[in-house]
Amino acid sequence: MSTLTNITLKVWRQDGPDEQGRFETHQIPEIPAEASFLEMLDFLNERLVAENKEAIVFDHDCREGICGTCSLMIDGRAHGPQHGTATCQLHMRTFASGDEIVIEPWRAAAFPIIKDLMTDRAPLDRIIEAGGFITAATGGAPDANLIPIPKPVADASMDAAACIGCGACVAACPNGAANLFTGAKIAHLNLLPQGQAERFQRSEAMVETMDEYFGSCTNHGECEAACPKEISIDVIAVMNADYLKSKLKNRKSLSRT
Amino acid sequence: MSQTLRRGPVTGTAVKKPPAKNKPFLLDLYATAVGKKYVMAITGLIGIGFVIAHMIGNLKVYLGVVNEGGERVYDADVYGEFLRELLVPILPRTYALWGLRLLLIAALILHLHAAYTLTLLNRKARPVKYQSPRDYEVANFASRSMRWTGIIVLAFLAWHLADLTWGWVNPDFVRGAVYRNLDASLSRIPVAALYVVANVLLGIHLFHGTWSMLQSLGVNSPRFNQWRKAAAAGVATLIVVGNVSFPVAVLAGVIEFDGDAITCCVEGEHK
Repeated sequence: MSTLTNITLKVWRQDGPDEQGRFETHQIPEIPAEASFLEMLDFLNERLVAENKEAIVFDHDCREGICGTCSLMIDGRAHGPQHGTATCQLHMRTFASGDEIVIEPWRAAAFPIIKDLMTDRAPLDRIIEAGGFITAATGGAPDANLIPIPKPVADASMDAAACIGCGACVAACPNGAANLFTGAKIAHLNLLPQGQAERFQRSEAMVETMDEYFGSCTNHGECEAACPKEISIDVIAVMNADYLKSKLKNRKSLSRT
Repeated sequence: MSQTLRRGPVTGTAVKKPPAKNKPFLLDLYATAVGKKYVMAITGLIGIGFVIAHMIGNLKVYLGVVNEGGERVYDADVYGEFLRELLVPILPRTYALWGLRLLLIAALILHLHAAYTLTLLNRKARPVKYQSPRDYEVANFASRSMRWTGIIVLAFLAWHLADLTWGWVNPDFVRGAVYRNLDASLSRIPVAALYVVANVLLGIHLFHGTWSMLQSLGVNSPRFNQWRKAAAAGVATLIVVGNVSFPVAVLAGVIEFDGDAITCCVEGEHK
């Protein structure tokens, strides 16, 4: 088992939402290359607690890249230097002995820092509440394939549905925009027959809720590069097209003048 | 670790009811960032259309002197007069041209206003910057510098109008004598350099602008998506190569005004 030595960590420490934050430097003299990035932070925290110091607060949960809880800006990249993975799937073997690693929380007006590296990503929930659902009959489980869906459509929808809502797109975006997140949610449901009932209400409500918290898209494509699920910015084009359609259709159907 | 985390009030749990929409449709659309991007894209498309048409019209200078109604005149001057007489006699002289100019002015104002308000929105969306250097992966120079290339091209536009439309900064300006004015202005090496630099910046602006426009308008088809960047590069190259050729041609002597060769036009009237 190979081991990395002499890792220097520059970690953002902030005592509370309104406190002044600062970088704190910690040495990791030795860490197995097989340790995950979060395990490396766990090692560090155990040491800090043993030294009677305060542990570094960071978000994590499933640690297998499906829950979207972990975050971290690692060396200026959301979820670190590895593509298509969340921070929890990043391993120390990606780094080399003697590296300096800078860890910062995600920064956006919509994601206030709670403490250290932990941010409040509730505005993403607000967007989901505005339209990230379908109406479905309850009762016995329906038969499989009751509603025929062409395979390419199901695939496109599934690609968008891979979004774990981690907010890396917002963190990576130079404008702090959540268009990739919202686009993924809208594309996921709007492409499927089950999503048609609320399609236009959803598009309008989700885009306008997003507008209350986030910046705007300037099509850099940084979100796509940072996304741990590699969701394509094509979903943003789907959202843009459906938003205009919904503005027109809702006006007609809801008799807004 | 006895301390507990205190967090502020939850950001809100109930879904906000959309306010009653009683704004006119376009204002309602313009109120959101996605709507503003539509305005950016459509006004940008008008701009791209103008820049391409302008470049193609300018190519007339390479046709030199032609015989028009028994008189030897520069073809570029004839083209200038054609623009003023567009749609005559359906409309009085210069009306159609002014219609097009007003469209461009309106598009420019909307493009600027949308860009300005979106920039403010984006600044507000990240009040505290990253404290460590960001490592951008795909954002390129064109996309990162849209604001600056845009502002510089706007300043150049003012100079360009003062130079070749109003003649304020042109050393030998005769109204309506397109070929003569062009030669007079671009024979100055610093001015020729300014035109080259401004057009390269315009090309950079259009490279990101064209691709971005397609995305903002929701043009999305698996068949064509791979061509969007190539189309943007094509538009940018076309404009840069076409427009940079004029100052180069003037300095190389390909375009040279010869007062004796022609009976020129003044105030759009062929003498």
